Amino acid sequence: MKAHRRQPLYLAFLLHRLSGLGLALFLPFHFYVLALALESNAEFDQFLHWSASPLVKFAESGLVFLLAIHLFGGLRLLVLENLPWSDAHKNYAAMALAGGFFVACGFLLRAF
Amino acid sequence: MSDSPDSTKVPIAVRVWRGTPAGGAFEAFEVPQQSSQTILDVVTWIQRHLDASLSYRFACRVGMCGSCAMMVNGIPRWTCRTHVNKVMRDNRLTIEPLRNLPVIKDLACDMSEFFDKWKDSKGYFQGSTTRHESVSTLSPNSPQRRVADAATECINCAICYASCDVVNWNRDYLGPAALNRAWSLQNDERDSASRERLSLVAGDAGCHQCHSQQGCATYCPNELNPTASIAGLKRMVARAYVRGNIDRDGRKRNA
Ligand code: HEM
Ligand code: SF4
Ligand code: SF4
Ligand code: FES
Repeated sequence: MKAHRRQPLYLAFLLHRLSGLGLALFLPFHFYVLALALESNAEFDQFLHWSASPLVKFAESGLVFLLAIHLFGGLRLLVLENLPWSDAHKNYAAMALAGGFFVACGFLLRAF
Repeated sequence: MSDSPDSTKVPIAVRVWRGTPAGGAFEAFEVPQQSSQTILDVVTWIQRHLDASLSYRFACRVGMCGSCAMMVNGIPRWTCRTHVNKVMRDNRLTIEPLRNLPVIKDLACDMSEFFDKWKDSKGYFQGSTTRHESVSTLSPNSPQRRVADAATECINCAICYASCDVVNWNRDYLGPAALNRAWSLQNDERDSASRERLSLVAGDAGCHQCHSQQGCATYCPNELNPTASIAGLKRMVARAYVRGNIDRDGRKRNA
């Protein structure tokens, strides 16, 4: 990574963009599964069976992580842009990341 | 600049970018270490002792004029106030012209677009009174004046401009310095061009392009925070839209 980018809030930006793109890539798949639920009972049951496997659960927690850091990070940006300025945004970004881990780990614990 | 090399220390291995708009490459130099040596001292030493054709720009040497900024080991810095021992890694220095601006020759880049954007966003004071009226009194303690003052001490060095990736991605983006200046003026009670200026900074290339990465605030040598200023402009624009007092004919450089 270029030297001038090695600072916490650039990394926060990068994480936000990558998580946003990850979520966007997942979205069509999500809609496809929703469509299955409406249209085909057998295939949907098959899908539910597949999605119960540990590996898929693990991947799902990754997705939850992406959603959580994107949500918390997005809220941080909305605060930055819409509320009076705060100098603590490095701390807020770290909190958003920690919150994401917390939620994803919580999901993982409940999944098994 | 002290001219007494410290022979007890190994010389600095300096890589300097040399070239023109047509292209260029790094050239290696060895420069003796000196006490309290700045990056500008290093560049000047090369020009005086090794290669008189090296081009670079400086004026005040005390962090006032904003003309000496260069990329030092990949980070934009005011070279006259940057000490070698603070930024040198393994006795090496890499010095390049400022990022995001066209190079003229070697370490000197063309600042025209940087200053044009200040003008494009009306980055200058416009009063409405004449000499026949009394001088306006401003309280230095009013909240608005404090906000304006916090953004005032810009030396136009373009370090923030070089550190901003949005400038790199969108050549029309006004950039942190011009927007910071606009924010300062928007908070100047005496200024009479705030409506026009607001529509200029709200345009396609304006404040809403900023992703709040805060590279500008991280590297500004005067510890200004253009990100905070830009966030202020975003709020000001949003409020003006809601209240219907913004002109929609803001600058559209892409059009
Ligand atoms: C959960 C609630 C969400 C919030 C609060 C949120 C918030 C935000 C904000 C504030 C930005 C602007 C970032 C910037 O200015 O740099 C953004 C960008 C983005 N979001 Fe979200 N978002 C959410 C959900 C989603 C979802 C579900 C997706 C995927 C479909 C998504 C995809 C993206 C993408 C691709 C970007 C562009 C990233 C960039 O420009 O760097 N977001 N989001
Ligand atoms: S905070 Fe905005 S203006 Fe400053 S470097 Fe980042 S994108 Fe550019
Ligand atoms: S805001 Fe700071 S970094 Fe940008 S031009 Fe002004 S002094 Fe230089
Ligand atoms: S030479 Fe004037 S700021 Fe460095």
